Amino acid sequence: MKKHELIKQMLEILPAEAVLFEQEDLKPFECDGLSAYRQVPMIVALPETEQQVREILLLCRRENVAVVARGAGTGLSGGALPLSDGVLLSLSKFKRILSLDPLARIARVQPGVRNLAISEAAAPHGLYYAPDPSSQIACSIGGNVAENAGGVHCLKYGLTVHNVLKLRACTMDGELLEIGSEALDSSGYDLLALFTGSEGMLGVITEVTVKLLPKPELAQVVMAAFATVADAGNAVGEIIADGIIPAGLEMMDKLSIKAAEDFVHAGYPLAAEAILLCESDGTPEEVAEEIAKMQTILSRCGATSLRTSANEADRLRLWAGRKAAFPAVGRLSPDYYCMDGTIPRRELSHVLSRIDELSKEYGLRVANVFHAGDGNLHPLILYDANRPGELHRAEELGGKVFELCVEVGGTITGEHGVGIEKINQMCAQFKSGELQIFREVKLAFDPSGLLNPGKVIPTVHRCAEFGRMHVHHGQVPFPDIPRL
Amino acid sequence: MQDSIEQLSNIVREAGRERRPLCIQGSGSKSFYGRVVQGATLDVTPYRGIVSYEPTELVLTARAGTPLAEIEAALASKRQMLPFEPPHFGAGATLGGCIAAGLSGPRRAYAGAVRDYVLGVRMIDGKGDDLRFGGQVMKNVAGYDVSRLMAGSLGTLGLLLEVSLKILPLPAEELTLRFEMAEREALETMNRWAAQPLSLSATCYHVGVLSVRLSGASAAIKSVRQKLGGEVLQDAERFWHSVREQQHEFFESAKNLWRLSLPSCAATINVPAIKVSSQQLIEWGGALRWLASDALPATIREAAAALGGHATLFRSTEPNDEPFHPLTPPLLVLHQRLKKTFDPHGIFNPGRMYKDL
Ligand SMILES: Cc1cc2nc3c(=O)[nH]c(=O)nc-3n(C[C@H](O)[C@H](O)[C@H](O)COP(=O)(O)OP(=O)(O)OC[C@H]3O[C@@H](n4cnc5c(N)ncnc54)[C@H](O)[C@@H]3O)c2cc1C
Repeated sequence: MKKHELIKQMLEILPAEAVLFEQEDLKPFECDGLSAYRQVPMIVALPETEQQVREILLLCRRENVAVVARGAGTGLSGGALPLSDGVLLSLSKFKRILSLDPLARIARVQPGVRNLAISEAAAPHGLYYAPDPSSQIACSIGGNVAENAGGVHCLKYGLTVHNVLKLRACTMDGELLEIGSEALDSSGYDLLALFTGSEGMLGVITEVTVKLLPKPELAQVVMAAFATVADAGNAVGEIIADGIIPAGLEMMDKLSIKAAEDFVHAGYPLAAEAILLCESDGTPEEVAEEIAKMQTILSRCGATSLRTSANEADRLRLWAGRKAAFPAVGRLSPDYYCMDGTIPRRELSHVLSRIDELSKEYGLRVANVFHAGDGNLHPLILYDANRPGELHRAEELGGKVFELCVEVGGTITGEHGVGIEKINQMCAQFKSGELQIFREVKLAFDPSGLLNPGKVIPTVHRCAEFGRMHVHHGQVPFPDIPRL
Repeated sequence: MQDSIEQLSNIVREAGRERRPLCIQGSGSKSFYGRVVQGATLDVTPYRGIVSYEPTELVLTARAGTPLAEIEAALASKRQMLPFEPPHFGAGATLGGCIAAGLSGPRRAYAGAVRDYVLGVRMIDGKGDDLRFGGQVMKNVAGYDVSRLMAGSLGTLGLLLEVSLKILPLPAEELTLRFEMAEREALETMNRWAAQPLSLSATCYHVGVLSVRLSGASAAIKSVRQKLGGEVLQDAERFWHSVREQQHEFFESAKNLWRLSLPSCAATINVPAIKVSSQQLIEWGGALRWLASDALPATIREAAAALGGHATLFRSTEPNDEPFHPLTPPLLVLHQRLKKTFDPHGIFNPGRMYKDL
């Protein structure tokens, strides 16, 4: 269909200012947080009601035009990367908190509401929304659901999937779905789990009902410095073996420590090879007991220094370095590439030393930031896109890290999603039968395949191609894929 | 004996070829739950055993036929637990049945449900293929979350082989307090307390008595106890066990047992036809209401829906064709397509959940 014919029909659904099609207006939507991939869409639509969303989807379905939903565009895997001949559906006008019930501890919000805005609205009632991605001042709750986002507190309080009760969503066929309920479960299959983390491929989320939790009375953090990464990794295991589930348990390596310290002056020890941030929250008695236990364990595990936050301001300062780790590392290099593998924690030293070797081999620096408590690793590969070949080398190094994570029994993505970025590695993590199930699940919700096509699930052909490039031990991988 | 994946896979393939339904069975402890399935019984208990358990990773992987009791004992020896406190409903209850039924116990409202702790599954689909979804790590967003989808699917989507679960340490201490109050006040109190950091881990209200379990560090329990008052229940473990396993006297009723899953703040059920014929036990801070009732199914379903929830005929005095709350038409279509995806020949527990599924 011709672009201007589609625009004409779109304008019957939306006011003129909500339909963008001039190059300069489209430009801001050309990428999400993974800026290495860029594509200007044909049209950007900015609906503000569920009915408009539905009509846009029906129009695109009828005209066979692909649609990509976009929240705040902070995604790190290219999930919201537009298509040149498709419509980018931005949910940025869905900004209202529809209701907040302090007694029932739930909030019903539109998908474009920022993650942090929910906690801010809940704060007067002593409540908050627990999942706290580092991007929480910017990212949208719709995007969080689509990615099953996590945060530094999710070891104790869970991921998005554990904190959402109900969704309203519209399928590509214009069917409005109510998934989940304000009760704790619903009849039938757990479609809420299936929808969470589905990266905008099953439907467009138009409303989210989240759980709110009581704010702990007190939180305190211990920062422990270590002379080796292995010691720090070991301390993490020991804390958990002791029966403690810290509210946060994060690790940073030397390069990230230095970057963060230069950036926010959190008071991090520059000589340390690794630091751990271990947080305890709860009643003052609970916190005192847990902090004391953690201090003992950390010392026993060889911490070279310990610092415990003296007050709330101090605690926030210690966290500031961790929370700003990505931008801080970003100052060390013109570009960086953020990875997101999860590994069994016992593999930590092995994986980090392998990454170190790869870093030397590829001549690119790597800084490591790590949700240590749940094994979610964020190696940041530093590169300069203006130097010929560096982006390519960074991607290749990244690919090696993905494969390393799968090799040790982990996964290619813990919280950032597959998007377009890790689509090849899906062929390494899953067998053909599993990928086929994914394809059919997609078609169950979106028979036309027009919603965010080309993301997350590789085609059979792509895996065959990818397999040809990666022959392990002289064997052809995926021998079960027909090669025609 | 069906104790290898290859054998199980062959049975499934053959059944698929011949369009012969299979009735997947662990110990049969939950056979009362759901619709009656016509099909050859496939006993999966021989495929059993803990595959890996590493306390410091907080992950356990076991074969689906493993008795829950065996898993719980292994965890307890390391001072850990299944956080969702699953009901067994029989000595031989297996992990596979626990996941497939998707039922959680008293801790659910405060710690999460079965599905919240599923990290990964290995399963055989309707084509006989051995598939893995999710994994053994805490965070994993590669592909759709098929493993959580298996929780509560009543074996209609596949044959579970192995399940990996997140586990948690046992609380250092637990204490149960009792309070006498009327139902309305109890509902309000449970919700109000849940909005404060009070270390609640279970609640139960029955005939004028609210029981509240606290779990956590001993210092915290002590201070919460002072804040709340109430009377300490001795032998609380037995009490919560009886609620979880439905051995509490409330469950001895000869009437139909209904499970109403409602928003925790939903008002007291006020339909006369239900009130006159029912007794009630409330759990999960108000979000789970058990009714022993003679009222008509339609009446109970309507009341539950009007309050924003749904009703399941959990145990019925006579066979019932529709134990689960009907799905809305768009959701039913999705269910049918998903069933077709995982089980193209319709051989896994057909009709166990809904008639045509
Ligand atoms: C500095 C920085 C730090 C970060 N830290 C974290 C972190 O700690 N933890 C973490 O998990 N992530 C983190 N992220 C990644 C990112 O913020 C999350 O993935 C977030 O959930 C994306 O939300 P968004 O609104 O920006 O979504 P977008 O980027 O706009 O979209 C992401 C995906 O969701 C889909 N989508 C968006 N809205 C909808 C909708 N309404 N309906 C259907 N599909 C939709 C899109 O199609 C796309 O596939 C970080 C990113 C940055 C830049």
